Amino acid sequence: MKYVDEFRDPDKAKTLIREITRLSDQLARDLKRPVYIMEVCGGHTHSIFRYGIENMLPSSLELIHGPGCPVCVLPMGRVDDCVAIAEQANTIMTTFGDAMRVPGSKRSLLQAKALGADVRMVYSPLDALSIAKKNPDKEVVFFGLGFETTMPSTALTVLKAEADGIKNFSLFCNHITIIPTIKAVLDSPDLQLDGFLGPGHVSMVIGNQPYGFIAEHYQRPVVVSGFEPLDILQSLWMVLKQLHAGEARIENQYNRVVPEDGNRMALEAISKVFELRQFFEWRGLGSIDNSGVQLNQKYAAYDAEKKFALPAISIADPKSCQCGEVLKGAIKPWQCKVYGKACTPETPMGALMVSSEGACAAYYQYGGAPKDIIQIHQLEETSI
Amino acid sequence: MNVADKPLSRVGSDELAANSPDTRTRHGKLVSSVITLAHGGGGKAMRDLIDDVFIEAFSNPTLNTLEDQARFQLSDLARYGDRLAMTTDSYVIDPIFFPGGDIGKLAICGTVNDLAVGGATPLYLTCAMIIEEGMQVSTLRQIVKSMADTAKAAGVFIVTGDTKVVGRGSCDKIFINTAGIGVIHQDFKLGADQGQDGDHILVNGYLGDHGAAILNARGDMHLTSPIESDCAPLHELIQALLTAAPNTRFIRDATRGGIASVLNEIAAASKCAIEIHETKTPIRQEVKGFCEILGLDPLYLANEGKLVAVVPANESQAALSAMRDHPLGKYSADIGSILPGGRAGRVHMQTSFGGKRIVDMLVGEQLPRIC
Repeated sequence: MKYVDEFRDPDKAKTLIREITRLSDQLARDLKRPVYIMEVCGGHTHSIFRYGIENMLPSSLELIHGPGCPVCVLPMGRVDDCVAIAEQANTIMTTFGDAMRVPGSKRSLLQAKALGADVRMVYSPLDALSIAKKNPDKEVVFFGLGFETTMPSTALTVLKAEADGIKNFSLFCNHITIIPTIKAVLDSPDLQLDGFLGPGHVSMVIGNQPYGFIAEHYQRPVVVSGFEPLDILQSLWMVLKQLHAGEARIENQYNRVVPEDGNRMALEAISKVFELRQFFEWRGLGSIDNSGVQLNQKYAAYDAEKKFALPAISIADPKSCQCGEVLKGAIKPWQCKVYGKACTPETPMGALMVSSEGACAAYYQYGGAPKDIIQIHQLEETSI
Repeated sequence: MNVADKPLSRVGSDELAANSPDTRTRHGKLVSSVITLAHGGGGKAMRDLIDDVFIEAFSNPTLNTLEDQARFQLSDLARYGDRLAMTTDSYVIDPIFFPGGDIGKLAICGTVNDLAVGGATPLYLTCAMIIEEGMQVSTLRQIVKSMADTAKAAGVFIVTGDTKVVGRGSCDKIFINTAGIGVIHQDFKLGADQGQDGDHILVNGYLGDHGAAILNARGDMHLTSPIESDCAPLHELIQALLTAAPNTRFIRDATRGGIASVLNEIAAASKCAIEIHETKTPIRQEVKGFCEILGLDPLYLANEGKLVAVVPANESQAALSAMRDHPLGKYSADIGSILPGGRAGRVHMQTSFGGKRIVDMLVGEQLPRIC
C-alpha cells in the first residue's frame, strides 16, 4: 500500500531497534530498572500489539499503556444514561461501532438494540444528522465520545444542525480532553514514568504547545508520535535520546500530520459549541477536574442531557477491577486479579477489556494468555 | 491409488436432466408483479409462483414429480463413496445484490462448499425461501435464475423446496435456506483433528474480499471501491487439491470469522500450534486499504470462495501447483505451518514488520474503531 508500506519497513525497524536497545540498556543500567515509557493513546496501543512491537523491544524498555482509549474510560453510569435515552419511544440512538459494546451496569447499547431499542452504528456524526433529516418524527441522538480527535466533527455536526434548522437532533456528549488526564496520571503517587509518546491524532487538532507543562513541570520528554510501527519505534528512540542527554522537551515525530499550533478551524468549531465541565468521571481513574466538555448555553437546545430526563446515577467500578492501576502504569494488565479469569473480552468487567484499543483486550487478543505473559515477564525481569 | 479415477464427476440418472425433455406436469403462470401474502397461502397463487418461478428455473426429473420429498436410489449414491454428507445453511445477507454475486448465488455456493470441504461430491440441494411481502417478482426471478445458473455450474440439482411469504417487516426482503447432500469417497478422512506437526497451511487466493465487498455495498462509508465478493463453488478446486495431495488432513471454507477462526479451530481440534506469515498471506491492496480506514483486520473478514487446507509437508508443493492451475486457485499461497513443539491451540502470525502476534478467535462481531 502506497504511503503505508514505507512506514512498515522491517529493515529500517531493525536499525531503529538496535539504537533503541543501545540507549535503553545504558539508561536501565544507570536507573537499575527498566525505562518506562507511556503511550498515551489507544491507537498506539493497538498498533504496538498488532505489529508485535513489544516483543521486538529490549527487556530494558517497558511500555506503559495509557488512558487514551475513550471507549475504555467511559464510566458505567454514562452508558446507563445512554441506554436509558435509547430505550425512549420514538428515539434513534446513533454511535460509533466500538461504543456499542461498552457494558453499562445493566446492559450495553448492543444488548439494548437486541431488546428493541433503535440503535444504529454510524461512521461519522454527520450520518446521524442525515438520519435525523430522514426521520423528522423521531428524536435522533448522537452518542458522541472521544478526545479532541473526534470533537471537531461532533462540533461541526451541531453547527450544521443549527444551520439546517434541524430540531430533532441532539448530542449525548461524552467528549473528554487529554491534558487534565495526563496531568492526573503524572500526579499519581504510585507513578513510575520516564517519558511519553504523545497522541498523534489529538495533537493534529490541539498542536504541540499544550504538552509544554510535562517537560517544564514534570521534566519528562514527550514525543508526539504517528501510528505506523516505524513511527512508534522512531518516537521511542527520540524519547530515549532525550533521556540519554538529560533533556525534557516536546518533540514532534508526526510532523507530516501534526502542525505545531494544531488545526485552527477545528479548534474554533470546538470553542464555538463546547465548554469545559467542572469535572467528569472516568472509568478506572475517578473524577478528574475540567476533563470533559459539554455543549454551551447557546447550543443547549441540542443537548440530550437537557432534552431527556436521565437517571445520572454514578456506578462505582467493580471492586476487584484494577483498571485504574493499569491505566496509571502501576501494574501490568496480567497482574490484575481478574484479568483473563472473571474479565475477558467476552465478559469485560473493566474498561480496558472492552475495546481492542484497551490495554487488557490488546494483551488478551494479541499478546497471549496470562500464563504465557507471566512466564515471559518473569524471564525479562530476571534478565535485567 | 489414483484419486483421479474416482467417480467425482456426476454420473447416473440425473446426468441428462439438463437436456432431458420437459418432465413437468403443471405449467402455472404467475400474473402478479409483486409477491403478496396470497403467494404463500397454499392456493392457486402459490402454485403459480412455484410453477412459474421455481420449477421453471430449477426443472429436473426429481423435482418435477412435485412430491413432498425428493427420492433417491441408494445404489446411485453408493457409487460416489461410502458415507453421506449432509449440511444446511441459511442466507440472510444485506444487501441481497452485491458486487460479485447475490443472495441466490451465495445460497448455492455456500452449501456446495460446506459439502465439498468434507471431501464430499455435492449432489442434491434443497431450497427453502422466506419472502417478505412486497418483493417484486422480477427481483425474485433474478435471484432464482442466479441460483439455477450457479447450481448448473456446480453440477448440483435442487430437488425439493418450500416457500413462505411473511408480512412486511417480518423478514428483510428474502431469507434462503439450502440444505445439501453429498457423498464422501471411502479414501477421504478429512477432519479438523487430523493436523500434524510440520503440515503446511494453504489458502486458494486473496482473503477478505467478500467481507469487504459486503460492508462496502451497504454504502455507509461512501467509498468507491472495485472490491468484489469472491463467492464461488469450490468443489472442482477441492477435487484437484485432493487428487494432487490425497493425504490432505483438513479443508474448511473460511466464511464468517475469516481464516483466523478456521485456523483457531484447527489449532484447538488438532491440539497444535499454527504459525502463519503476514508477508505470505495474500490480501488485496484494496482490501488492506479498506481495513486500514475502518480499523478492521482482514484475517477476520468473511470469504465465500476461499478455503484453508492443511496438507502434509511432502504433498504441499503438489497441492499448491494443482490449486494454482485452477482458475479459483490462481493466487493460492502456502501461508504457514503447524509448529512442532508449539503451544497447543495457539495461532500466531509473524508480522511483515518483524514482530510476532497472537491471532485469536474473534469475540462477537468486528466493529469499526472510533478513531
